Amino acid sequence: MKIVVCVKQVAALDDEFELREDGLGVDPDSLERDLNEWDSFSLEAALQLREQVGGDGHEVVAVTVGDEEAEDALLGCLARGADRAVRVWDEDVLARGDVLVTARALAAAVSREEPDLVLCGVQSSDAVNGATGTAVAGLLGLPRVAVVKQLEFDSAAGTVTVARELEGGLVERLRIALPALLTIQTGINEPGYATLRAIKQAREKPLEALEPSDLGLDPGELERVAGARLEAMAPPERGAGAEMLEGSPAEQANRILELVRERVTS
Amino acid sequence: MSAGVLVVAESRQGELREVSRELLSLGAELAGASGGGLSVAVIGSGAERFAAELQAPGVTEVLTVSAPTEHFEAHVWERAVEGLIESEDPAVILCGHTIDSLGFAPALAARLGLGFATDVTSVSWSEVGPRVHRGAYGDKLSAQLAFGGKKHTLLTVRPGIFAPAEPGDGSAAVRAVEVDLSGTARTEHLGFVEAAASGVDITKAEFLLSIGRGIEDKDNIPRFQELADRLGATLSSSRPLVDAGWMDSSRQVGQSGKTVKPRLYLAMGISGAVQHLAGMRGADTIIAVNSDPEAPIFGVAHFGAVADMFEVADELEDALG
Ligand SMILES: Cc1cc2nc3c(=O)[nH]c(=O)nc-3n(C[C@H](O)[C@H](O)[C@H](O)COP(=O)(O)OP(=O)(O)OC[C@H]3O[C@@H](n4cnc5c(N)ncnc54)[C@H](O)[C@@H]3O)c2cc1C
Ligand SMILES: Nc1ncnc2c1ncn2[C@@H]1O[C@H](COP(=O)(O)O)[C@@H](O)[C@H]1O
Repeated sequence: MKIVVCVKQVAALDDEFELREDGLGVDPDSLERDLNEWDSFSLEAALQLREQVGGDGHEVVAVTVGDEEAEDALLGCLARGADRAVRVWDEDVLARGDVLVTARALAAAVSREEPDLVLCGVQSSDAVNGATGTAVAGLLGLPRVAVVKQLEFDSAAGTVTVARELEGGLVERLRIALPALLTIQTGINEPGYATLRAIKQAREKPLEALEPSDLGLDPGELERVAGARLEAMAPPERGAGAEMLEGSPAEQANRILELVRERVTS
Repeated sequence: MSAGVLVVAESRQGELREVSRELLSLGAELAGASGGGLSVAVIGSGAERFAAELQAPGVTEVLTVSAPTEHFEAHVWERAVEGLIESEDPAVILCGHTIDSLGFAPALAARLGLGFATDVTSVSWSEVGPRVHRGAYGDKLSAQLAFGGKKHTLLTVRPGIFAPAEPGDGSAAVRAVEVDLSGTARTEHLGFVEAAASGVDITKAEFLLSIGRGIEDKDNIPRFQELADRLGATLSSSRPLVDAGWMDSSRQVGQSGKTVKPRLYLAMGISGAVQHLAGMRGADTIIAVNSDPEAPIFGVAHFGAVADMFEVADELEDALG
């Protein structure tokens, strides 16, 4: 069984972030990078499945579309037990790409692996598209289920039975045949950690860096699949916003207690 | 270029979902600006039964697509909306940014090369077609996007932003659109499981003290439980604490948890992610305590304190004696 896990090195804004001069993004120095929370759960799901099928010849491959810094995320996955990693990037089209451009590059990298199962996260914490996994499935013609919070693999039947998490805590149970793609929700498992030794050994594992052309993708064509064009980025309009409680924590606490008395008790 | 707007309605377990009516009010506004028609499509076996409910001001036509599956099935829906795009040629297709849409909309957009953006919070009509805003970096920034050159643009719209449309006078025509959907399903529906009804009912509480990942450690929870008791509040939380097994799922506020409307919601160490806000923005008064002045929760709170939640807890405890 071969499982591909699509992982993203996400960026969070630090406390004093600055916008770029062209207004189309954030100064890279204001960004703190880390493995996307959802992808930590999907990696764990893949490792557990590999364990469940047991024996040799099973592989977990971590794939990312990201710059050199994103190798930290891949190394983290390798340290936690992934067998191989693939990174796709170019400083031009992919660096400016939107969700559909990323999905096209990922789809090419995934299809080269001919996996039995592809796992993505439900969403990335920085872009919050909630779309890349399902887009990859659409491009590859793979059946998929989005927002999976439980999964059981039946190796004899070649199917997975999943719980799809709906709004309000409702769950739908579904069966899907492999090959398939699932987008994984947080809480599906307890992600593990890498030992120090494993972190050192991760550097010995195969990590390929590819450009779109290595995957047979033409840069011009790739650029054209973009679903949207970014015109501007700015702090959101927030209406009136909150009335801020100033002062020391003691003063803030007193105001909170006043509000409690005023709005609940009376 | 076509200027028509197509709303894709959503239903579940025999009921129309609220987001459908929100899409109708946005759709009417957009069609008014673009000068195109507004049609609303409902997909499923027995789709016709929703036709009357989908009448709303500005709707020119209600379209029904009969599907072989009783419940939503992502691949069937993908093909059904594809068929609707082929037959109706809309400039803009509006879906909810909902769990169902996450399963089919991106696949369709990628496959057909549509203009595409998810979780949009505003849509306007410009000389180059639709223009939208959506959050970036977890709603700390807002991005403005356009779709120049795309014939069709599919947008998933954040629920809870647009007021639901009023009922219409029922004058819009109802038309069945034939799309061959046989054999398109790729998953087998095994059943629904309702959320367990055990635990506390936080939806009944008038005062919720709600804690988030700022709590840092499981061992800090008893302290906030005690603080809640002393304040006369019920303790609730954001999702990560439930995922980690620190809080019972009955206490989770948000899209995948409970929707609450207490008189007072005191949020401590919660950033205000959209799925959390979905469950608490209707509270009468919201107070947020967060150490990050840029936290999106301050955008919906009525009162905010930029502070360390543990220091504020110390002071609350002192003041309560
Ligand atoms: C399909 C789907 C459904 C979801 N459903 C839900 C749902 O129902 N409910 C839900 O809550 N989430 C839900 N989520 C998850 C959601 O996207 C967020 O990940 C989650 O709400 C974040 O929780 P948080 O605010 O506690 O944590 P974080 O986003 O990590 O925020 C922690 C906050 O604590 C602050 N903080 C840290 N230390 C302190 C301190 N000492 N004092 C004060 N403040 C401090 C930080 O500044 C930060 O703002 C869902 C996600 C998806 C994709
Ligand atoms: N650049 C990327 N590289 C690899 N996987 C990605 C990338 N962007 C998104 N994904 C995958 O798609 C999921 C959803 O991300 P998004 O659609 O951006 O919200 C993530 O959890 C990843 O599994």
